[in-house]
Amino acid sequence: MGNHSDGSPNHSGTVATAGQNEVEKFQDPGIPPHRLRLADTDPRAAKKAERQVALLFGVSVVGTLIFLVAYFAIDLGGPDSSIATIRLQNALLGIGTAFAMLGIGTGIVHWAKALMPDHEVSEERHAIRTEDDRQAAVRIVDDIVEETGIKRRPLIRNTLLGAVALAPLPALAIFGDLGPRPDDKLAHTMWAPEDGKLKRLTRDPDGTPIKAADVTLGSAFHVIPEGLNELSEGKLNEKAKSVVLLMRLNPEELHPSPGREDWGYNGIVAYSKICTHVGCPVALYEQQTHHLLCPCHQSTFDLTQECKVIFGPASRPLPQLPISVDAEGYLVATSDFHEPVGPSYWEREQHVLIPNS
Amino acid sequence: MKALSQKRRHPLAAIALLLMGLLVTGGLYAVATTVNQAKADTTTYSASDVEEGGKLFAANCATCHGMGASGSQSGPSLVGVGAAAVDFQVGTGRMPMQMNGPQAYKKPAQFNEEQTKQLAAYVASLGPGPAIPEAGVLDEKGDAAKGGELFRTNCAMCHNAAAAGGALTRGKFAPALADVSGQHIYEAMVTGPQNMPVFSDANISPEGKRDIITYLKQIETNGSPGGADLGALGPVSEGLFVWIAGLGVIIAFTIWLTSRTS
Repeated sequence: MGNHSDGSPNHSGTVATAGQNEVEKFQDPGIPPHRLRLADTDPRAAKKAERQVALLFGVSVVGTLIFLVAYFAIDLGGPDSSIATIRLQNALLGIGTAFAMLGIGTGIVHWAKALMPDHEVSEERHAIRTEDDRQAAVRIVDDIVEETGIKRRPLIRNTLLGAVALAPLPALAIFGDLGPRPDDKLAHTMWAPEDGKLKRLTRDPDGTPIKAADVTLGSAFHVIPEGLNELSEGKLNEKAKSVVLLMRLNPEELHPSPGREDWGYNGIVAYSKICTHVGCPVALYEQQTHHLLCPCHQSTFDLTQECKVIFGPASRPLPQLPISVDAEGYLVATSDFHEPVGPSYWEREQHVLIPNS
Repeated sequence: MKALSQKRRHPLAAIALLLMGLLVTGGLYAVATTVNQAKADTTTYSASDVEEGGKLFAANCATCHGMGASGSQSGPSLVGVGAAAVDFQVGTGRMPMQMNGPQAYKKPAQFNEEQTKQLAAYVASLGPGPAIPEAGVLDEKGDAAKGGELFRTNCAMCHNAAAAGGALTRGKFAPALADVSGQHIYEAMVTGPQNMPVFSDANISPEGKRDIITYLKQIETNGSPGGADLGALGPVSEGLFVWIAGLGVIIAFTIWLTSRTS
């Protein structure tokens, strides 16, 4: 093979002598002779293939029957039906459908392969188009341009361009109205005090308030804000933003930064459960190493360093919820989170300040 | 006997001998471990229990946990961990620890029921702590649906929604919960062994814990009539299966479709 990259002509093909060329020339082997199948020559083999196809169609019939029996005969509402009954029915429905479809498909293919005539047809490759054809195509395009007169009538051309440019605008308006803009909804959660009343921390899922004394050393509580269970709409959206993990450590092990000393209570701290990477619930708490692990991408947060990221793809510490204790001894949130919870979004930087203002 | 000695030079003789040896040791081991797992149900401790437990502790545990269980460089103090912690750690074989590592593994218990009870009595006498649960909360007759809700909120993130276990950081892991007795599950919740957080009665009530145990036992006994659950590990094992078996079937079908019939 010659090297074409230096621009020199490739001589390797032309230096060979005529005699060598003839020896090296690849001989067209032609089409191999048609080989008859067993079923073409032997009537018994044909009969056997016929039975096989019929058997495959029979398998399909049995599959359909399994589906029907499983659907109607298995009683899901009966007194001794359980999850196992539902799973059994599911499995039988799946197996029945699979064999019903597979039997028809494989039967037809086997029929075609073994019994239907197998004429072999070869199609010759088309000749490569000549330069004349190419010229003819160019002439047709030129004729079209000429006959429309688009070059001679700029008014038509310009209005057409304008119309085409404006036509997608309605789509833009429609897509823009697909949903309300989130605005600063992501920056607020249910933890913000309502009418001066601080929100209590309550247990997930039953919503009972938590006393500071209940949170023993090494405990982890899964927490939702007071009143979440009473919401009639948007409950899941609110829960997705406001879920919190509550833990108690030795107060000496916490190292709060200036301004955050009073965000915990006697070693009890509350952190958002929503990972700052892509929003998975970070709830794998190791009570001795004080690491919080996100199960999705293994981001690890160190509780003793205000949930600083010590491993994994998360880019920010988990937001801390400032908490205190009310007159009855129940844990309350003294304010909302001081930054938006969860992963980054375009307007996040502007929203960091909102809860402080 | 003659026939046997004639066959001793057979090429497979060594393998047969090896198999026989393995079977015998395995059988003896299984018998020994089932003897150790026998359970008594009394939780009242006599003064002699405490005394015997103290001797067992000094002989087996004090190296790491210190004399009087006051803790040392190698092991934490056990004052106030309660009888439940001892019954869990010793009863599941996690203590005495086999070797230092990220986590103590479950293994056949080294102490029998009586000795475990004596150790628990001794540690419980050192300071108040969670006691071994009453039989009433372990009857597996709670509300499985409520238990499932509590399990998914508090436990599933580490132990997997099907209680099949999962990985934690740096070599630690949350174990699978199948085949763990209700008593040990309850004790793990109240004591928070190793890196598991504590779920005190103020967090999950004894009734809630009973519901959780009911739920766990129910999903365990329900089995998997839909076929092998592949460890219930989700996309890893299921994905591997689909890649190998699913794609294998598709490749087999394409080969069949394009092959000539004989």
